[in-house]
Amino acid sequence: MSTRPALSGYRKDFPALHQKVHGHPLVYLDNAATSQKPQVVIDALSNFYQCDNANVHRGIHELSHRASVAFEKTRERAARFINAQHTEEIIFTRGTTEAINLVANAWGSDAVKEGDVILLTEMEHHSNIVPWQMLARRTGAKLAFIPVTGDEGLLDLSRIDEFLTSKVRILALTHISNALGTINPVSELCAKARRMGIITLVDAAQSAGHSPLDVREIGCDFLALSGHKMCGPTGIGCLYGRLDLLETMSPWQGGGDMISNVDFHESQWNKVPHKFEAGTPNIADTIALHAAMDYLDEVGRERIAAHDTEIGSYAFEQLKRMGKIRLFGPREERSGLVSFLLHNIHAHDVVTFADQQGVALRGGHHCTQPLMKKLGVSSTSRASFYFYNTTEEVDHLIDVLRGIQKFFGE
Amino acid sequence: MFEELNDLYQQVIMDHSRKPHNFGILAGANCCARGKNPLCGDQIQIFLSTEDHVVKDLRWEGDGCAIFKASSSLMTDAIKGKTTAEVKVLFEEFHSLITTGKMSEDHHLGKLAVLSGVNRFPARVKCALLGWRAAMSALEGNPQSVTTE
Ligand SMILES: Cc1ncc(COP(=O)(O)O)c(C=O)c1O
Repeated sequence: MSTRPALSGYRKDFPALHQKVHGHPLVYLDNAATSQKPQVVIDALSNFYQCDNANVHRGIHELSHRASVAFEKTRERAARFINAQHTEEIIFTRGTTEAINLVANAWGSDAVKEGDVILLTEMEHHSNIVPWQMLARRTGAKLAFIPVTGDEGLLDLSRIDEFLTSKVRILALTHISNALGTINPVSELCAKARRMGIITLVDAAQSAGHSPLDVREIGCDFLALSGHKMCGPTGIGCLYGRLDLLETMSPWQGGGDMISNVDFHESQWNKVPHKFEAGTPNIADTIALHAAMDYLDEVGRERIAAHDTEIGSYAFEQLKRMGKIRLFGPREERSGLVSFLLHNIHAHDVVTFADQQGVALRGGHHCTQPLMKKLGVSSTSRASFYFYNTTEEVDHLIDVLRGIQKFFGE
Repeated sequence: MFEELNDLYQQVIMDHSRKPHNFGILAGANCCARGKNPLCGDQIQIFLSTEDHVVKDLRWEGDGCAIFKASSSLMTDAIKGKTTAEVKVLFEEFHSLITTGKMSEDHHLGKLAVLSGVNRFPARVKCALLGWRAAMSALEGNPQSVTTE
């Protein structure tokens, strides 16, 4: 441990962080949208195209062999990254959104019937709401939502047993909220659901690159993640699914690679996981994801989680001290993002002003419109951190926000 | 700290965004429309009372950023008393102003010209246009929600 550099020492690995924006050094605080990429990931991507580019699982020539081996090695790496029992439990997708859509289609179409309940929470990202709405429309199932307490953004679990009825087929919830910074007790909830025979899906988009992740400890049936939020490239993510469950599921897209035999009128499916990966996959980005996972474990995900809590709490307290601000999300045990509204100043104005000082924030509904409606706001401003962000950057953010308040006469 | 933004957030704009003109509901309006910017959640409802193709009176309600509120407020001042045809010309002039920064020699923009700085902030063009789009849609007898997407 002691031989590893301090987290801020890793900043140098990220070329995009070293630039000026509107004449000011970039302070990148939009990591919940997508993280920056370390040089090793950029190199893995360009090395693949420069040296090994070929299609996978098809050719017997040297380049195809190299590409296939590297591609399947990433599957093994991803399984280790989340402590899956079997490598076959990893299915490559474009990201979290596609992973959830895969489950809603491949699992949902057979398992969910009219009158069944799909249980979500009020803090879900649109990607963990809309696919279920589409499934509900197709099947006649209903959606139910575990409520959020209010501005402090916790799940209200006081009536959880009333929600976990025998009609519920699946509980799908986020591990860390991208709009509130809440860390949900997913292990506890998955255990409760399992006792009721309810299938569980964890949206790990915000947690996979920020904390150690163990699907067996969480006890979920499915878990979805996106590479681009964890130092990896865009366009690649994973679905984890429990092997016995994946084996009972029908495919969702048809095409090359997902079959073992095709006749004019019928086909047999390939085995898991290939059954769920139709067509030429995103080979280069998958291989670069391997580099991202190695990189994150070199940095240390337990260290990243500790840094998140520290910088998130620090930012929360500093913002609170500014006054004339409404803060969202829990005060304690929070992740590394803060969501806020300055009194009488719209989030979009805040983002435009901050951008002029080189500070990249996000303003809007963060793809959580139902949550925003519940909180009675149309948008918030959000600063989301990663391990390369420093408390000095938080201090700079606070200075900029004070300047905005002054400009607006608040 | 924010010299570059003085141009975009001029005093007139700040004043209009804090105390928007023609704000509220208009009883007896004969054309109404709603508008929405789905990306940021800005929304507007506009009520116009027209007679012989002239905008006799109008009000609006909505919630959003300073640029949206100021632009909507200035727009309502600008189109009050104008004919539908005049409003159309003005909208085209305004659209060109905030997307390109250009004004023709014989423009009718008047106070609307304070929004010329928007053209250097492409992400904010939508904010300045939302109120206008809702008004145009109401005048065209199209009450459904317009969006800036
Ligand atoms: C909590 C959460 N779930 C799902 C997603 C969707 O991820 P992606 O757009 O990478 O599919 C995001 C990212 O925006 C997120 O923050």
